[in-house]
Amino acid sequence: MKLDSKIPAGNLAEKWSNQKFNYKLVNPANKRKYEIIVVGTGLAGASAAASLAELGYKVKAFCYQDSPRRAHSIAAQGGINASKNYQNDGDSVYRLFYDTVKGGDYRSREANVYRLAEVSSNIIDQCVAQGVPFAREYGGLLDNRSFGGAQVSRTFYARGETGQQLLLGAYSAMMRQVGMGNIELFTRSDIQDIVVVDGRARGIVLRNMVSGQIQSYVADAVILATGGYGNVFYLSTNAKGCNATAIWRAHKKGALFANPCFTQIHPTCIPVSGSYQSKLTLMSESLRNDGRIWVPKDPKDKRAPNEIPEFERDYFLERKYPSFGNLVPRDVASRNAKEMIDDGKGVGLTGKAVYLDFAEAIQRLGKDTIIEKYGNLFEMYEQITNEDPYKVPMRIYPASHYTMGGLWVDYNLMTTIPGLFALGECNFSDHGANRLGASALMQGLADGYFIISYSISDYLAQLKKDKLTTDAPEFKNSEKEVDNKIKRLLNINGSKTVDELHRELGIVMWDYVGMSRNAEGLNKAKKMIKDIRDDFWKNVKIIGTNEEINQSLEKAARVADFLELGELIAEDALQRNESCGGHFREESQTEENEAKRDDENCSHVAAWEYSGADKPEVLHKEQLQFEFVKPSQRSYK
Amino acid sequence: MAELNLHLKVWRQKNKEDKGRFVDYDIQGISTEMSILEMLDVLNEKLIKEGTDPVAFEHDCREGVCGCCGIFINGRAHGPLKRITTCQLYMRHFKDGETIVLEPWRAKGFPVLKDLMVDRSAFDRIIAAGGFIAVNTGGAPDANAVPIPKHNSEKALDAAECIGCGACVAACKNASAMLFVSAKVAHLVRLPQGKPEREKRVFAMLNQMEKEGFGSCTNTEACSAECPKGISMDVIAELRREYFRASLKQENN
Repeated sequence: MKLDSKIPAGNLAEKWSNQKFNYKLVNPANKRKYEIIVVGTGLAGASAAASLAELGYKVKAFCYQDSPRRAHSIAAQGGINASKNYQNDGDSVYRLFYDTVKGGDYRSREANVYRLAEVSSNIIDQCVAQGVPFAREYGGLLDNRSFGGAQVSRTFYARGETGQQLLLGAYSAMMRQVGMGNIELFTRSDIQDIVVVDGRARGIVLRNMVSGQIQSYVADAVILATGGYGNVFYLSTNAKGCNATAIWRAHKKGALFANPCFTQIHPTCIPVSGSYQSKLTLMSESLRNDGRIWVPKDPKDKRAPNEIPEFERDYFLERKYPSFGNLVPRDVASRNAKEMIDDGKGVGLTGKAVYLDFAEAIQRLGKDTIIEKYGNLFEMYEQITNEDPYKVPMRIYPASHYTMGGLWVDYNLMTTIPGLFALGECNFSDHGANRLGASALMQGLADGYFIISYSISDYLAQLKKDKLTTDAPEFKNSEKEVDNKIKRLLNINGSKTVDELHRELGIVMWDYVGMSRNAEGLNKAKKMIKDIRDDFWKNVKIIGTNEEINQSLEKAARVADFLELGELIAEDALQRNESCGGHFREESQTEENEAKRDDENCSHVAAWEYSGADKPEVLHKEQLQFEFVKPSQRSYK
Repeated sequence: MAELNLHLKVWRQKNKEDKGRFVDYDIQGISTEMSILEMLDVLNEKLIKEGTDPVAFEHDCREGVCGCCGIFINGRAHGPLKRITTCQLYMRHFKDGETIVLEPWRAKGFPVLKDLMVDRSAFDRIIAAGGFIAVNTGGAPDANAVPIPKHNSEKALDAAECIGCGACVAACKNASAMLFVSAKVAHLVRLPQGKPEREKRVFAMLNQMEKEGFGSCTNTEACSAECPKGISMDVIAELRREYFRASLKQENN
C-alpha cells in the first residue's frame, strides 16, 4: 500500500486556498440527495454535522450518550488557541503554525498544521456569533491568556469551562438542524462496526443501548469523530465512556492506524487516592500561568508545604527552563515531575505528586482575581481532595489525557478507506508527537466547521449514486458478526469483572507504555497485554442479556478492543527507536535527559495495517517533509 | 482516611414497563476518599461477582460538567451538598452506619429507563425548538467587531453554565423545567448576538417545554437551590420579562 497524503503543491500559505478551489463541488440542489453519517457529537462531530446539514446534505448523527451535549469535549477547561494577534504581541498564522510543529516535536505534517493555524481565527468569529461567552476585557473586547509552548497570549477562554461553552455552541447549531429536520439524531447508540461495500465506507452497525437491537444505517460517506483512546490506560482524564471501538473497527476494515504510541500524559491532574479510583481529574494547564510547580529540595523533607521556606524549595521547571518556566509543553512538564518523584522528592501521602502553588500569585494579584480566573477549578479541587488550594498548594500528578495518534488521514481528512473520514482527536493529523494546550478544541472545530464541508464535497461529487440498502450482504454479515461477538461475551460467564481486567491492562500500559518506555519493557508489555486479552476472553463475567440496558456488556465490548489496541501501541513504541514529544524512549535521550529525536531514521508517520487476527500488523511509513520549518532539538530553556 | 459501613436503599427497576422497588444492600469498607459513584462501582463489582444484575446509573465525565450523572440521594437531587453534581459528592460527607437512599429523577418529562437512569431527551427537543442563535457556519464577522461589556458577557456565562442534568426538574414539586429553559433564554438574550430572535425563542422553548409534559413554575426556588451550577432565580425572572415583552410586541404587530 502506498500512502498518498495528497498535500497540494504550492507555497504553504496558498495550499489550502488552492485546494479549496480545486475541490469539485456538489450543486446546492443535489446536496439533499447525499446522506452522511457522523459518529460522535463532540466538537468535531457536532460542528461537522451542523455545517454539513446547513449546506443541505442529509445527515445522521450518532452518539453513545443520552444527549449529544455530553460528549467529552465538554470537559475541556482552559481554552482554544487562535492566531488573532488581538494582544499585539507578535502572533500570526505563521507563528501558531511554527509553535504547533515545534510543540509536536517535528512529527506532524506542515501543510495540515498551517491550514489549522489559518482557519483558527474563523473559529473564534463563528463561536462568538453563536453566543459563546468568551472572557472579555472591560472595554468589551476579547481577553486572552497563555498556554504551554507559546510565548504569546493567544488562548481564548470562558472561565475554566471553555470546552463546555464551545460544545454547547456547536450542539445548539446542530440541534437547530435537528429541529429543522436536516439532521436525524440517534443517541444511546454504540457503534460496533463500519460497513465497507465495494471498497467504500457505506455505513455503520450499532447496538441500541436501550433495546439491545443491532441496527444498520447506510450512507454515501461516513465521518468518524469519536475522540481519543486515552482510556486504554484505564485511569485517564477521559470520560468513562470514551472508547476506541469505532476507530478500531475501522482499522480492522482497512483504515490504517497512525502513530498509536503518541499518547499525551498531562502534567497537572489530581493524584490517585486509592485502588477504587475510577478516573483522574484534570486541573487545567491554564493554572500554570499563575501556579508555580515545586518539590522540596531534600527528599527527606516531610514538613507541610507551608512550613518549607523558599530556599529549601526546588521550582524545578523555572530552574531548568528559565525562558518558558512553568509553561513548558506538557510532555516536558510531565517527564520532569516524574523525574522528581523517581528521585524520592514526591509529596503527599503516596509520594506520587508535586506541588502547584498559588501563594505568590494570590499575593501579587489578590484572591479575587484568582477566584475570577480559576474559581471553579479551585472548587473542584477542594471537593475532591478536601484541601483548600487558596491556603495550601495543590498536589498534582501526570495522567493519560490525549492521544495524538489515530486513524491515518490524508490532507482531505479521508482515511485509507475511501468515503471514511476521521475528524478531531480520532485522527492523527495535526499534533505530531505532542499536542499543545488549547489546540485540541481548535483542531476539532477546524476539522468540523471549516475543512470537512469542503473536502467531502470533492469525494461526493465524484460518486456514482446507487440504491444500496442495509439489506446488502455486507450489512447482514457485519450484523451477524456483531451479534456473535456479543453472544460470545455473554456466554463466557467467568470470574472477573470487566473493570478488573481493564484495570490490569491499565497498569501494564502505565508502567511500560506510559511516560517513559524502553525496549525490554515494551516487549514485556506486549506479552502481558496478550495474556490479559486471553484471560479476558476466558474469564470475563457479564450479568444479564443483550436485550436490555446492560452497562457491563457495553464496557466489555470496548475493553475487548482496548486489549487489541494496547498491544499495537506497545509495538509502535517499540518500533519507533527515538524519543519525540510524548514518546520517550529511555535509550534515546540527551545528556540533560531531554527527548532525543532521530530525524534521519524516524522522521515519518508510522501507519499500521491490520492483517488478520493474531497476525502482526504491517508497518507503512509516510516520510515527513519539512520545507518551511527546520527541525531542531526542541529547547524551552 | 476512614472507612465506612453503609446501608443502601437503591431503586431497582428493570425497564420502562417495570413498576420498580427499593432493594436493600449492605456495603462495608467504603473509603471516605471515594466519590459516591465509586462507592456504586464497588457495590456493582460485588453484585456481579455474586451473579446479580449491577445497578444501572448514568455517568460519564465524572468531573461535574457533562451532566450525565444525577441521583436523588436521601431525598435531594445530587445529594446533601450544594452546588455539586452526584459524581463530585465524596463519601466523607456520610457517617459510618448511615442509610443512604438512592432514587432516579422522578418527573413526567423524564421516564425511568432502568434503575437510576432516566430519559432526558426532552431537553434536547427544547433546545432544538429554539435554544440557539440561527447562524450558519461561515460569514461571521470578526469576533471583536461587536464589543460586549464584560459584565454582560459574565452574566451570560453565569446562565450558560447549565449542564442540562435535570436536577432542577427533579427538585421541583411541579416537575417544571423552567430553570433549564430560562438559563438558555437568559444566556442568549444577555448577548447582543442573541437579541434578534429573542421573541421567537422564548415562545418556542416554552411551548416545547409544555408539550414535553413538564409542569408550570410556581417560584418555589427548589430548582435553583439544588442546581449544581448555582444558576440563579434571576434567569426565571428574566424569562418572565422576555415572555411579557414578546407578548406585548406580538399584540402590537
